[in-house]
Amino acid sequence: MGLPSEHEDTGAGAGWGHSHERKGFFTDTSICIGCKACEVACKEWNRNPQDGDLEILGSSYDNTGSLGANTWRHVAFIEQDQERIEQARESGRRLVGLGMPGIGPRSGADAPAGAGGCGSGCGSRPGADGEPGAADRTPPDTPEFRWLMSSDVCKHCTRAGCLDVCPTGALMRTEFGTVVVQSDICNGCGTCVGGCPFGVIERRDDGTISAKGDRGRVEQDVPHHGTANKCTLCYDRLVDGQTPACAQTCPTTSIRFGDRADMVDEAASRVRQLHDRGMTEARLYGANGNDGVGGTGSVFLLLDEPEVYGLPPDPQVPTAQLPAMFRTAGIAAAGMIAATALAFLGGRR
Amino acid sequence: MSRFSPLEWPVLRQLRGADPLGRGSAVTSARTRATTPRTATADRVVRSICPYCAVGCGQRIFVKDDKVVQIEGDPDSPISRGRLCPKGAASEQLVNFPNRVTTVRYRAPHATDWQDLDLDTALDMIADRFLEARRAHWEDLDEKGHPLRRTMGIASLGGATIDNEENYLAKKLFTAAGAIQMENQARI
Amino acid sequence: MANADCIIVQGSNMAEAHPVGFQWVMEAKARGARIIHVDPRFTRTTANADKHVPIRAGSDVVLLGALINHVLTEELWFREYVQAFTNASTIIDERYQDPEDLDGLFSGFDPETGRYDPASWAYRTAQPADPSHAHDDASRGETAGAGGPPLEREPVQRDETLQDPRCVLQILRRHYARYTPEMVEEACGISREDFAYLARSIVENSGRERTTCFAYAVGWTQHTGGAQFIRAAAILQLLMGNMGRPGGGVMALRGHATIQGSTDIPTLFNLLPGYLPMPMAGTHDRFEDYVESIGTKTQKGFWADAETYAVNLLKAWWGDAATPENDWAFDYLPRLTGAHGTYQTMMAMLEGKVDGFFLLGQNPAVGSADGRLQRLAMSHLKWMVVRDFSMIESATWWKEGPEIESGELRTEDIGTEVFFLPAANHTEKAGSFTQTQRLVQWRHQAVPPPGDAVSELQFLVELGNRIRERLAGSTDPRDRPLLDLTWDYPIDEHGEPDPESVLREINGFHVSGPDAGRPLSSFAQMRPDGSTAGGCWIYAGVYADGVNQAARRRPGQEQDETAAEWAWAWPANRRILYNRASADADGRPWSERKKYVWWDAEQGRWTGRDVPDFPVTKEPHDEGDPEAGGAAGLSGSDAFIMQSDGRGWLFAPSGLVDGPLPTHYEPVESSIPNPLYDQQANPTRVSFRSDLAMNAPGVDGLGGAAEVYPYVFTTYRVTEHHTAGGMSRFLPYLSELQPELFCEVSPELAEIVGLEPYGWATIVSPRSAIEARVLVTRRMRPLPIAGRTVHQIGLPYHWARGSEAVVEGDSVNDLIGLNLDANTQIQNSKVTACAIRPGRRPRGPALAELVAEHQRRAGIDADTGDEKVTIPPPAQRRVHVPGEAPAPPTEDPTEEEDR
Repeated sequence: MGLPSEHEDTGAGAGWGHSHERKGFFTDTSICIGCKACEVACKEWNRNPQDGDLEILGSSYDNTGSLGANTWRHVAFIEQDQERIEQARESGRRLVGLGMPGIGPRSGADAPAGAGGCGSGCGSRPGADGEPGAADRTPPDTPEFRWLMSSDVCKHCTRAGCLDVCPTGALMRTEFGTVVVQSDICNGCGTCVGGCPFGVIERRDDGTISAKGDRGRVEQDVPHHGTANKCTLCYDRLVDGQTPACAQTCPTTSIRFGDRADMVDEAASRVRQLHDRGMTEARLYGANGNDGVGGTGSVFLLLDEPEVYGLPPDPQVPTAQLPAMFRTAGIAAAGMIAATALAFLGGRR
Repeated sequence: MSRFSPLEWPVLRQLRGADPLGRGSAVTSARTRATTPRTATADRVVRSICPYCAVGCGQRIFVKDDKVVQIEGDPDSPISRGRLCPKGAASEQLVNFPNRVTTVRYRAPHATDWQDLDLDTALDMIADRFLEARRAHWEDLDEKGHPLRRTMGIASLGGATIDNEENYLAKKLFTAAGAIQMENQARI
Repeated sequence: MANADCIIVQGSNMAEAHPVGFQWVMEAKARGARIIHVDPRFTRTTANADKHVPIRAGSDVVLLGALINHVLTEELWFREYVQAFTNASTIIDERYQDPEDLDGLFSGFDPETGRYDPASWAYRTAQPADPSHAHDDASRGETAGAGGPPLEREPVQRDETLQDPRCVLQILRRHYARYTPEMVEEACGISREDFAYLARSIVENSGRERTTCFAYAVGWTQHTGGAQFIRAAAILQLLMGNMGRPGGGVMALRGHATIQGSTDIPTLFNLLPGYLPMPMAGTHDRFEDYVESIGTKTQKGFWADAETYAVNLLKAWWGDAATPENDWAFDYLPRLTGAHGTYQTMMAMLEGKVDGFFLLGQNPAVGSADGRLQRLAMSHLKWMVVRDFSMIESATWWKEGPEIESGELRTEDIGTEVFFLPAANHTEKAGSFTQTQRLVQWRHQAVPPPGDAVSELQFLVELGNRIRERLAGSTDPRDRPLLDLTWDYPIDEHGEPDPESVLREINGFHVSGPDAGRPLSSFAQMRPDGSTAGGCWIYAGVYADGVNQAARRRPGQEQDETAAEWAWAWPANRRILYNRASADADGRPWSERKKYVWWDAEQGRWTGRDVPDFPVTKEPHDEGDPEAGGAAGLSGSDAFIMQSDGRGWLFAPSGLVDGPLPTHYEPVESSIPNPLYDQQANPTRVSFRSDLAMNAPGVDGLGGAAEVYPYVFTTYRVTEHHTAGGMSRFLPYLSELQPELFCEVSPELAEIVGLEPYGWATIVSPRSAIEARVLVTRRMRPLPIAGRTVHQIGLPYHWARGSEAVVEGDSVNDLIGLNLDANTQIQNSKVTACAIRPGRRPRGPALAELVAEHQRRAGIDADTGDEKVTIPPPAQRRVHVPGEAPAPPTEDPTEEEDR
């Protein structure tokens, strides 16, 4: 474990040198079809055990609930009526007004790439071909209903709370800038569990699931039981130049993988495209390097407030205050030493 | 197991190397440094097609020691471009799941449970019953004297999940036997 | 689909049932296409569409008919295309009468048999039609194969000005004249704004520069008029010029790995490989009658060579024993006497007429309609053979099925002998699958099958061997077909037959002559003289040059979007059928943007992005040989090469048993009176008189009885599971994604009935009762229909009772009755009447009592809902105006007496 620097260079700072590009995800929830292929492909690749109690969760089509030791991709489903859609659109507009990245005058170089742009005769898509600054921001007809779907994953934060607090060196920053648990080192102390502002990392139980009713328990082969487990961004696939399982399998490329810098660019471009169509509810999550975790390796495009998706709106890495805390503690300690010294010096009469 | 060298002790690596805070390269275990995906260590990769729906996504099957260790999408397929839905992505579990039955099970008439039966005997018994049923419900002619040359004593259901070649032989054999009541999922 | 400018997904939930295929819809969307989902529910498909059009299940023909009416009335149809490629100008027989004349029936209906004689639907010709070609057989739908019964090649009469009241276009106008936006609002629950949006989307995205695609699945096929739903879309697409064009067409989204292959090379009762029909007793006693009934030699198009295809099949099956002298062993084929579909067979099982049953990877205890009837039927069998990966419910029903739980059956009383033979899975055998776009793809074997598991190929060859061994030396002529069968496939050291040798037989080969032994390269090489053999003519070419074309895997990234070198599509590796229609009458592409196949005058051949689906050197203005049939008879603009007149059929003079034009009929259990006609439901539908398959009273029960089953439910798949669950409920990774059976209800219905979100509900139909968890969601919407409110309930059908799977639940198909489409024998699964109430269902005998109590209160019996013609005598007929409350149905006095 070591103390983080203020703006961590996730590659060089971890001793890998500058020859590795940081890798990351861009999850574009606006094109997610909620199929959960990501959940299954991830489990299958990582040989993660089945999770949960095999009962309906009570959350639309989501029966997974949350990320944890056994589930490293989780698809959320949120049903929204017209009122909520309009609120989301309005809150997005306000973000735009604050000058958040995602909208602004566009030069030709920033225009959306070919595949996303409109061909001739777009009909009902206002403004996509507009000149810089002249794009029509009128929202399209607001539908009466929408169903948001989003695949959540470990954020692989720039400033990773789990990595910061790990006492054993089990958690490490890889050459790809990702955060990975080495299960042969992890002693299951669980400190990392409290260190994650997103509630992602968790210790793995012994894997016996209590199935419904009188079915008895389903025994499973559970690798690394007792240790902390989370998404590795398919470290073992990356060392071989392959794509993470979830990104490879996603039918609509809602989950994209590549160099993080490219992912952020794509994300920003996609947000602009949606804003041009009047969908001002589109916003990015994790792209901003000034947020409480220094930006994340997994960037998301959301269509509403993060809380709607079960994500913390303002995640802070718990060790953010550490230097200030140590300074305060240092001052307090120095004060106590001084007071003690004074007490002894004064007491020699 | 490689010989452990004192210089590889993480604390020393931390001090020696470019990772003084011990957050990356200095804390890698030998196992981590030897990480390889099982797709790279497989004995062979076999090209196949997903057995679920009718999109026909390409699959790559990775085999090690005569066991399927990984099934994922085939990026070469112009239909699927390497992608799979949750069912296709679960194909390895379909192939290897513990509840899969690999021995013949037999239930005698009125029995309350299954018993073992060897495959050869089962096939003999089935062939006998096939011919008996064929004979017992054979129809030579209809009431107007038109030839029928068929049996109504045998029926078959299924075909959409087995191979074209298997459908061909099933239809060929049953038709030659006069067994016309043959159906599959297409008509459901 | 990526080339479409507008995609209408209707009768399909494509993102959930075909997720990876749906990426192409998303591609189209990214390119600016408009995606519209017409569906009773808001699903994961709708979440990614531009617009949801909620529709009452079963009313699709009203909507499609109104779209047809709209484009005809407003003159928005693609005139040049229609005139060049369709039968719009063809004149129909004077005797033809339309449902407009007969209150919902076509001319030629015989109430005694419940069938139509299509003679009055025929094209008008100079001479009267030859009566020897009339068919009086029991099930016309089965006799015809794919191209429909033949037409005589008499010169058809046409009016190219399209004004003659007897020409197809005018008949079409008149037939759909009352299918108006007001009617759509009343019958489908679709607002006029939504209808206008849909109509505008299609019109603005059709024509030279743009194309619209329809995608459908069993949301259309699983109705008593299902085939006509699809026909209606085909008519609309022909009128708008979208057939045979990139990004156009009607895309059938089928549901199983090789369901297309299992129809092409069919384990179906009514077909032989290549869509040749099974011969019908009486009609096809002689080979020449059989061949003539498929296609006359003088008709245009490729069914004129029916004899060739039949000879090659017979030669492939019976080799040397098939000779010109014995009509190629045609007599070895058994004969049909009607429809022998699975539901008919189940009824026969109940009567003890079937001794043995094979299940080859299908789970009817869960997947077929009326589950209780399926399981009871199996209890009457002497023996059954189940081949599968795990203990599916069709193997364990005798031990722990719902009838054991309820006490209706006792295990010790069930005499059915059951053999469970483990099956090799897709990685343990090599073979081909044909996916939904006719693409045949080869799979290689990865590992050997474990234990006793063997492939179906090995099982069938060994079964065949044993049967033939036992019959060896028999002098009984009944046994000759089995003994003379070509059944000698190379076997490897593991006992596995060589699947490529079977593919080669399917492909066809030269039997004699200088090329003896060599595989055929196309069906054009087939001869009717016994010098060639081929198991399935449409697959000829899959093994061309002795190379397994289905195993080709040139990466898609190295090819253009047609990717012709990946695998092989039938026929002849054509990827879009009827692609001649992507060029105009002169052979020029309709537009640069939609260029696909065109005439190269310099080279004197058709060329383009695909294999032309047309005789390749026939130039666009060729008039066709008036004396010849087949390909030679086709003109240069007869793009629809399988039809006997080379035209796309707006009006279908033959081929469909319930009418030449799609007509709206209500589902059997619907309580909405048909707003268009007095004929309530499809008069040709197949029903069964059985206490196990009683119908809800529907419109007959307006008043008290209809309140017993006041709602309707519709069934569907969810992404996480697969069909009857045999390949998903046994897997932890899929089961945990959707562990429990649930129903989906609107908040309005939940309030009326008292359903709690995520609580329990019991759903009762005239067949059975089940329980499910409740999802209260705005994705379900009540619809205003004919002055009432129709509440639709959603039920995914994947679950079953049994201890072997990871998760279990009640089987939804137990609720569904047996009313079949007469063309296809497919059951209606999409509109079923039901009651729903909060709480779990009773167990044991109380379950049957609950079902029976509902039946009693509704006053139903085995005859309810089976009356085929519901048109009152002329004096009492009413003309219905949309928006008016319907007049109460007049009681038929004779009916009253029978009650």
